[in-house]
Amino acid sequence: MLTMQSLNVFYGDSQVLWDVQLNVPPGQVVCLLGRNGVGKTTLLKSIMGLLPLRSGSITFHGQDLTVLSPDERARRGIGYVPQGRDIFPDLTVDENLRVGLVARGTKNGTIPAEIFQRFPALQTMLARKGGLLSGGQQQQLAIARALVTQPTLLLLDEPTEGIQPSIILDIEESIHRLKQEGRMAILLVEQYLDFARRLADHIYVMEQGVIVLEGKIQELQEDVVKRYLAV
Amino acid sequence: MTHSSAWKQALLPGAVLAILLLIGLPLLNTLGFLSDYYLNLFGKYLALAILALGMDLIWGYAGILSLGQAIFFGFGAYAMGMYLMLASSGQGVYGERIPDFMVWNRVTTLPFFWKPFQYFPVALILALAIPAVAACIFGVLTFRRRVSGTYFAILTQAMAFATWLMCNRNEMNLGGTNGLTDFKSLFGFSLHTPSTLRVLYLVTALFLVGSFIVCKWLVGSKMGLVLTAMRDQEQRLRFLGYPIAHYKIFIFALAAMLAGLSGALYAPQVGIITPSQIGVLPSLEVVVWVATGGRGTLIGALLGAVGINAARSLLTARYPEWWPIILGGLFVGVVILFPDGLVGIPKQLRQRIRRARTQLFERPASGSVPSPSGRGLG
Amino acid sequence: MEKQGSIIYLEDITVSFDGFQVLRGVDFYVDRGELRALIGPNGAGKTTLLDAICGKVKPATGRIIFGEKTDLTTLEEHEITMLGIGRKFQTPSVFKNLTLVENLTLALHQPRGVWSTLFGSVGTAQMDKIAPTLETLGLLDKAYHKAGSLAHGEMQWLEIGMVIVQEPALFLLDEPVAGMTKDERERTGQLLQRLAQDHAVLVVEHDMDFVRQTAHRVTVLHEGSVLCEGSVDMVQRDPRVVEVYLGRGHKVDAHDAKS
Repeated sequence: MLTMQSLNVFYGDSQVLWDVQLNVPPGQVVCLLGRNGVGKTTLLKSIMGLLPLRSGSITFHGQDLTVLSPDERARRGIGYVPQGRDIFPDLTVDENLRVGLVARGTKNGTIPAEIFQRFPALQTMLARKGGLLSGGQQQQLAIARALVTQPTLLLLDEPTEGIQPSIILDIEESIHRLKQEGRMAILLVEQYLDFARRLADHIYVMEQGVIVLEGKIQELQEDVVKRYLAV
Repeated sequence: MTHSSAWKQALLPGAVLAILLLIGLPLLNTLGFLSDYYLNLFGKYLALAILALGMDLIWGYAGILSLGQAIFFGFGAYAMGMYLMLASSGQGVYGERIPDFMVWNRVTTLPFFWKPFQYFPVALILALAIPAVAACIFGVLTFRRRVSGTYFAILTQAMAFATWLMCNRNEMNLGGTNGLTDFKSLFGFSLHTPSTLRVLYLVTALFLVGSFIVCKWLVGSKMGLVLTAMRDQEQRLRFLGYPIAHYKIFIFALAAMLAGLSGALYAPQVGIITPSQIGVLPSLEVVVWVATGGRGTLIGALLGAVGINAARSLLTARYPEWWPIILGGLFVGVVILFPDGLVGIPKQLRQRIRRARTQLFERPASGSVPSPSGRGLG
Repeated sequence: MEKQGSIIYLEDITVSFDGFQVLRGVDFYVDRGELRALIGPNGAGKTTLLDAICGKVKPATGRIIFGEKTDLTTLEEHEITMLGIGRKFQTPSVFKNLTLVENLTLALHQPRGVWSTLFGSVGTAQMDKIAPTLETLGLLDKAYHKAGSLAHGEMQWLEIGMVIVQEPALFLLDEPVAGMTKDERERTGQLLQRLAQDHAVLVVEHDMDFVRQTAHRVTVLHEGSVLCEGSVDMVQRDPRVVEVYLGRGHKVDAHDAKS
């Protein structure tokens, strides 16, 4: 569904991604692992179009993404949940979710019930301003808002950060179900290894802007973990 | 950067400035390449540059936007003006020296608040102290209540307007709309002879270089770091234990003192001080000088102040009606094209050249064009 | 509720936002030399509790006693900090336009007054204190980079570093290991355990492995009140905690979840 070839990305003069190749097949969960600062967030931003490529290609459903602006990419069906609770603080929870509906061209539609099943806390706070939510609630709202757009590719940057364990389990269940339905592909950046283990079909390990390893999650050896994920 | 190297950082550019302004220009004047008229103009520009320095300190470094710096400039100018008026005026009815406009207004004795200004040292000290104290009071009333940003800017603008209104009233005995005029002499030296004006130029240049060195040293010290952080995230700095209000009051008072000094040096060189120089518009102009020159660099403030005032002298001679439009256009242009001001132009050009070069010589891969919506650091 | 030996004691603290009660008459204390974990569902009021301590929000009722008898509710933020309380925020809030060294310089335990900073130095003397901290954080090679260029997790570390060099008596850490790998979390845990030997540390966290590794005691907050308090094991087995926070699928066994 999503294919990246020979991606090279720069911040000003310094190169941050070297020759990255990555593939996310439909209905699968791909996990990006690696220490802090290796370029995982940069990679997601490049897919979304928030960072320009120096060279390389990104194709989505066979179509070249690099000629599209970020909002066009979102309309094509890419949902992005950035790290750090990026919701609209002055809009209410309900309004935040409705922003997602606008993106699908269904401005006056209703928010799907599954969203509230996954995040019951949000339903009790529909009229509360986003800025007044706790950090963890904001994170839940950010994920819910992306799901409202019914994307075919979901980019999740540390989705479990700051979320209580019981909700993490719920999120895990939702992603499992989405996988089974086969509609969505998910590219996940996650430090919480258990979560990744239980969900991912395929993993890529990054180190200093380069993909150093890829394979099935079951193949992930202890020594690899030590080498690339340890300090 | 150690304590001593903060001094070094300040002294080096200070020395360059000193050579330029204290030796270079007067030399050109003595050799006949720079007329007395232009030297005097430069003296005025340098006085205004001190005002701009203070503005850069509070706005470029501490992030405090004051739209009323001309108030403090006015205090200093009026203080010096009052001394000059008293020094130049004829005898009043009761044997006291009393300014002409008071005679015309049937005021027969010198109002009490004028009396201290008979003495030069007092006038000079008050020219610096009154703005500083006024700024402190204003600062205590606003910064301690956490008034900042837009609201603070509006308050300063209101103060500028109120001060202008007050100075316009004849009852204030400050010369009303005409202001204080016709300064004749300073210490017995006529203010119209080139030699006096040359000395005034040197004194102004000396104070400018001194102010520049002090400001440069300040921004290189730990306080400079605190001010920059304050501009970035004031609240976070509170949680590191810093008493934000104290810093704001201090730097605001310092800038006010510099503005007062600027006014005191400006008045004798121009020969007149009127309320039109202390209201809303002059205050806005100071912002334009610093923005055009490049805020947060100190040297940018100097460039902006001198540059724009020089442009004004040139252009208002030929196209007086166009000046406000040019000034406004300049501000808009700087914000859009050169957000870092004149000082930032070399860096911007270098970046443009580099970008053009990489696009020319790097072969782009299939169908990829750098997205214009790309942000910088994520 | 013993007050002896406690470094901070919250008594009947109530905080409301927009008519909604976030903290309802909370009684809470931390001992000196203790590493306490504060856990609870999203929106339980954990961050707000830290905010009340460091003066970011003013409680509607109650007192907060620091040390022997200083009531924090009457003080301003910078005064509270100078008493010896260092805070790390949930979202990294370092000074993005300043370098790492400059960030740490500002945080160093030094006088904060106008005159002290005017004549204070910004130089090599400070590096003696800053360099070891940067090394512990693994950020020494980025010492002169702008803080804004750091990755999310590295910013967390920088902020932890900034709290450490403040040398506070009480550390308030809001989600210190968010965005870190398993190994990075272990190292941070060891760091906190070292700090807890001479200081009091209050940590808000969701990672139960981390909590188990580091915390002496755990307080569970739920809907603005203390739900239960005790050792990690006791809290993890409490059915109410499982219900509202941990979830039924959560594995309690200490031998699992290693990766």
